[in-house]
Amino acid sequence: MIQVKNLFKSFEDTQVLKGISATFEKGKTNLIIGKSGSGKTVFLKCILGIFEADQGDIIFERTPLSSMNLETRALLRQEIGMVFQGSALFDSMTVEENIMFPMKMFTNAPHEEIRDRANIVIDRVNLINANEKLPSEISGGMKKRVAIARAIVMNPKYLFCDEPNSGLDPKTAILIDNLVQEITQEYKITTVINTHDMNSVMEIGEKIVFLEDGLKQWEGNNQEIFKTDNEAITKFVYSSEMFKKIRKIYIEESE
Amino acid sequence: MKLLTHIGQYTLMIHKTFGKFTKWSVLKNLILREIDDLIIGSLGIVAFISFFVGGVVAIQTAINTDNPLLPGYLVGFATRQSIILEFAPTFISIIMAGKAGSFITSSLGTMRVTEQIDALEVMGVNAYNYLIFPKIIALTLFPFLITFSMFLGILGGYIACITGGFSSHADFIEGLQLDFKPFHIVYAFIKTFLFAMLLATIPAYHGYFMKGGALEVGKASTISFVWTSVAIIIANTIVTNLLLT
Ligand SMILES: Nc1ncnc2c1ncn2[C@@H]1O[C@H](COP(=O)(O)OP(=O)(O)OP(=O)(O)O)[C@@H](O)[C@H]1O
Ligand SMILES: [Mg+2]
Repeated sequence: MIQVKNLFKSFEDTQVLKGISATFEKGKTNLIIGKSGSGKTVFLKCILGIFEADQGDIIFERTPLSSMNLETRALLRQEIGMVFQGSALFDSMTVEENIMFPMKMFTNAPHEEIRDRANIVIDRVNLINANEKLPSEISGGMKKRVAIARAIVMNPKYLFCDEPNSGLDPKTAILIDNLVQEITQEYKITTVINTHDMNSVMEIGEKIVFLEDGLKQWEGNNQEIFKTDNEAITKFVYSSEMFKKIRKIYIEESE
Repeated sequence: MKLLTHIGQYTLMIHKTFGKFTKWSVLKNLILREIDDLIIGSLGIVAFISFFVGGVVAIQTAINTDNPLLPGYLVGFATRQSIILEFAPTFISIIMAGKAGSFITSSLGTMRVTEQIDALEVMGVNAYNYLIFPKIIALTLFPFLITFSMFLGILGGYIACITGGFSSHADFIEGLQLDFKPFHIVYAFIKTFLFAMLLATIPAYHGYFMKGGALEVGKASTISFVWTSVAIIIANTIVTNLLLT
């Protein structure tokens, strides 16, 4: 479980996060939604400690980030897997080397064992015949799979995904979403996902945090999001006529 | 004011580069790869430039000292002095600021904009050490590259003089050996070593702290080349004043 408490972050003169609190639960896919530029990535990077928050704290299980020294932070990092918005694969390494990398860096396991473990996660994310390929030689969907494999190779307690299905076709996007959800449940990971994809919200929104103007405007799950009267969220989610109709039908049906 | 911020951030970068070290088994391979990219990969261009510029230096000297009263060994002597003192250490370093320097900036810059550096940090890797330290170590071999350049420069001068009939074998060799001060070699190596450190770290700084997208990677490489050259020229002036006067 991760608890975020009253998080503030600004760059030079722009205030991006204006005091956000949220709780992300274990074994669930926790979604952060909001329009482009609303600060989702910044929020995630603050939780990860890539950006230093101006104010506020993040509590991992029971330990606040602020109370950790550099060493404990480094240890925490090894329990975190992250899938970046653009995959962020190391482009000088093959797919297999990318996935083996965290283990190479942080374990003393023999090469064979590392390779075996890598191949387990490679199978898990359904990467077929890609081991020896370079990132530049594979499709966007495959890159995401590699990024997910690299993120889970060390059996992380926490998994962060920054728009894991942006730039993918709807079918592949759902496959990736489902994959992340399955992995989350299977290994009881606390997973936090940034997205502005409504399919993801409906499919895997077990817990949803909605950001706007640097504040948390709404919180709930994919059932509640249909019924809420919160204006900010309905404006965001039901921006198309199509979705508005679906919502109407859904509410009528459930009554 | 801005310059001060840069200097502060640069110093911090160097400090962190020597912070938490990457596992040796991983680091070793990184160093070998950097040696291959930065040193071995530059041998060709350095050889080409040194040989021909060495030739031109010798011919120019010969033409401009075409007075029967001047001794015959002068060409060899002047060629040696200019190549060892200035041409090989400084000129080749500027070339390398263009070649190795922009390679360093663009590769780190690309890693920054594609979040690969963030990915390293998230994993708990000291990205400074992982990325910059191997480059610094690889460039400690830079003096070898310069020795190679000195040798080929003088060889180029010799061949140009003999084949062009500007000097005889005996005169040229006499000039090469005349009044040879080992301290000049020491001076050249001190310079080179200093330049090597600038060559590794200034482009690394410009790449590592890059902001923006792919377009900015190109801009950063250009700016990094300018600053590295400026730093080399300034360092050259200071070191020469301190050591030779
Ligand atoms: N390193 C930075 N320096 C300065 N400003 C930044 C930085 N990173 C982000 N910002 C600003 O913070 C705001 C939020 O950006 P962020 O990337 O978090 O948006 P996002 O919600 O992830 O958008 P998207 O859905 O497009 O990825 C933007 O206005 C952006 O300009
Ligand atoms: Mg983003």
